Amino acid sequence: MPTFVYMTRCDGCGHCVDICPSDIMHIDETYRRAYNIEPDMCWECFSCVKACPQNAIDVRGYADFAPLGHSVRVDRDEEKGVIAWRIKFRNGEKDFSLLAPITTKPWGTGIPKLKDVPGPTQEQRDSELLYNEPKYIRMDEGGLHTLESNGLKMEAGVQY
Amino acid sequence: MAYKTIVEDNIDILVAGAGLGGTGAAFEARFWGQDKKIIIAEKANIDRSGAVAQGLYAINCYMGTRFGENNPEDHVRYARIDLMGMVREDLLFDMARHVDSTVHQFEEWGLPIMRDKEKGNYLREGRWQIMIHGESYKPIVAEAAKKSADKVYNRVCVTHLLMDEAKENRVAGAVGFNVRTGDFHVFKSKAVICGAGGASNIFKPRSVGEGAGRVWYAPWSSGSAYALMINAGAKMTQMENRIVLARFKDGYGPVGAYFLHLKTYTQNAYGEEYESKWFPDLQKMVGKEYLDPEVSHLTHRPIPTCLRNHTMISEVNAGRGPIHMVTMHSFQDPHLEEIGWHNFLGMTVGQAVLWAATDVDPKNENPELTTSEPYVMGSHATGCGAWCSGPEDLSPDEYFWGYNRMTTIEGLFGAGDAVGGTPHAFSSGSFTEGRLAAKAACRYIDDGKADGIRVSEGTIEKLKEEVFKPMEHYKLYRNEIVAGTVNPHYHNPRQSLDRLQKLMDEYGGGVSVNYMTNDKLLSIGLKKLKIMEEDLEKIAAEDLHELLRAWEVKHRHRASECVLQHTLFRKETRWPGYYYRGDAMKLDDENWHVLTVSRRDPETGGYTMEKAPLYHLVGEEEKAAAAE
Repeated sequence: MPTFVYMTRCDGCGHCVDICPSDIMHIDETYRRAYNIEPDMCWECFSCVKACPQNAIDVRGYADFAPLGHSVRVDRDEEKGVIAWRIKFRNGEKDFSLLAPITTKPWGTGIPKLKDVPGPTQEQRDSELLYNEPKYIRMDEGGLHTLESNGLKMEAGVQY
Repeated sequence: MAYKTIVEDNIDILVAGAGLGGTGAAFEARFWGQDKKIIIAEKANIDRSGAVAQGLYAINCYMGTRFGENNPEDHVRYARIDLMGMVREDLLFDMARHVDSTVHQFEEWGLPIMRDKEKGNYLREGRWQIMIHGESYKPIVAEAAKKSADKVYNRVCVTHLLMDEAKENRVAGAVGFNVRTGDFHVFKSKAVICGAGGASNIFKPRSVGEGAGRVWYAPWSSGSAYALMINAGAKMTQMENRIVLARFKDGYGPVGAYFLHLKTYTQNAYGEEYESKWFPDLQKMVGKEYLDPEVSHLTHRPIPTCLRNHTMISEVNAGRGPIHMVTMHSFQDPHLEEIGWHNFLGMTVGQAVLWAATDVDPKNENPELTTSEPYVMGSHATGCGAWCSGPEDLSPDEYFWGYNRMTTIEGLFGAGDAVGGTPHAFSSGSFTEGRLAAKAACRYIDDGKADGIRVSEGTIEKLKEEVFKPMEHYKLYRNEIVAGTVNPHYHNPRQSLDRLQKLMDEYGGGVSVNYMTNDKLLSIGLKKLKIMEEDLEKIAAEDLHELLRAWEVKHRHRASECVLQHTLFRKETRWPGYYYRGDAMKLDDENWHVLTVSRRDPETGGYTMEKAPLYHLVGEEEKAAAAE
């Protein structure tokens, strides 16, 4: 379902232009508001819908297979860390909402800045370990799996 | 030319394309190169770019060694049988032994991973899949990449890799253009990690008109991972191994959670189980070693994805379609019903919209399934990509040349779709591959391997001219016609994409020919692609947006050519259900239990094809099987 933009709600802020992965939300030069310039390259990913501060962007199912008269609306709230959906069927018989978390922490706070952590030792550099390993592999003191530790060999030929 | 040239010099690590692979690379590179200059170039905005832009409702690659669930070699065996033996087991084992540490960090960063309340482990969807609330999966990993990178160039589409002029076959950076400003960007870099994407939209999609955007893999996945590396002369592997997906009809909503977690199942239009009746004939095609339903039933050894596709395709061709997903039992449970909807909203919203539009309530009716058009990629249930070195402690000589995940071009590394022979990496595995590539790239630089790279002004000017040529061409010939899109001097990007898709569909085994091709068709297809290449030199772009589309279709074209070369080379039908070689309808282990490797000579455009040996992990399980 490609996106479209309601004329009376869009204020031309360009958030959708900034976020669209497919580069298809552009500002119309006459109306100074956003619109979908290439519906057949729209993945219906909802990135623009979620990013719109005015709730001006909606979707209408693809013309080649989706009948008119349905609605899927979304409200994504980074501060509260939740996303809310409301789905309405064409025949009006089903109309329901769903809520899901999008993060368990305030944005960005759980991610380390690796420039500031203690750097790797030479021993770490010479090993096969990555950052935070081996600790984070099993969250215990165990080491990295190797062919030897797991009793394996690499052999040429046919195996199924 | 009116557009500015902006040079970013002295880069240590350039990440070209930042989906899950690229963000993993940028993040990890900072630890091993705390004083290094790390730059990201991405054609969209890294907060919502790549295949995970929309979100995911599951992480499909997690071992759970922490909970005693699986070992890395178990995952290798799974990928091996699923891909009919054709995988790089060193790379797979390596990814699998590190992937859990990636996932544990994701949880710490705030990604909501569901837990099994009784057992305390992550909630399993299947043996390898764990369930997440992943709507913001991409913004979260993008945050990590931003914290590590010196600079992120959003909206810069990388068109070419830069090759070193001081030493042959060594990378020296990349060039591209800003799709908003039109600035020409030059990135001179000691190492490049290619995190660009696989390819949707190279085979004609089932949808028409507006719905053509509803492809399974993202429409912005333009095969750039392959085109960039092929054009630079990197060796590629398993490019014939395109994938066909069995999905909910039209919306292409995912079925994994439905099969595995919601315990739904399929039946034909008349309510009958259909898979098993196709197995005896299929077994004759591929051999009992690859398809043994009895063993699968007893041991949970999976039936390869392609073979299950084959039964669905065969049943529909026999006139008993459509195939339905039986949801009516499971969806009576309100909890499972909710999960079914969440699953779509978390990663394929369009399927929810389609059911709302068509009043499909899976509680009251069983939705239709279909098999998709083929896709070329390397991180789902298929393994197209570059021929890369493995890690020192795992890889046999043929698979090892110094640096983990380095392609056959010095200093050029891959992650995600870019790396060949590593299916079933999915999101977490791709991020992990990025991390592995980043560590190796830092070491490559520290070893002095990138010293003295040189790119001349002449090369940069030449590439700039090439990059903007579609716009120049448009300007030159546009006014020869009154208006419209029909011009004797050029095709526009959409016309070129339509041509490519039709060609690949009809000659390369697309959906309209039921995935069938043969040596003759492939040879004609290659000839037509060659002629199309001449016309792509004359592609016209009206504005910068069309210039983006022009380069995307050029990349798709190059990836397609490589796909047909590989498909022609492998004279057997290795993956019935993905594609069929009509002139060699059987699996042929005697001649083709090998990986296919190609190289396109950048000077002549000619391809060299070779077979590379397959090494498999052998442990107790294999020894026991051999003893039987």
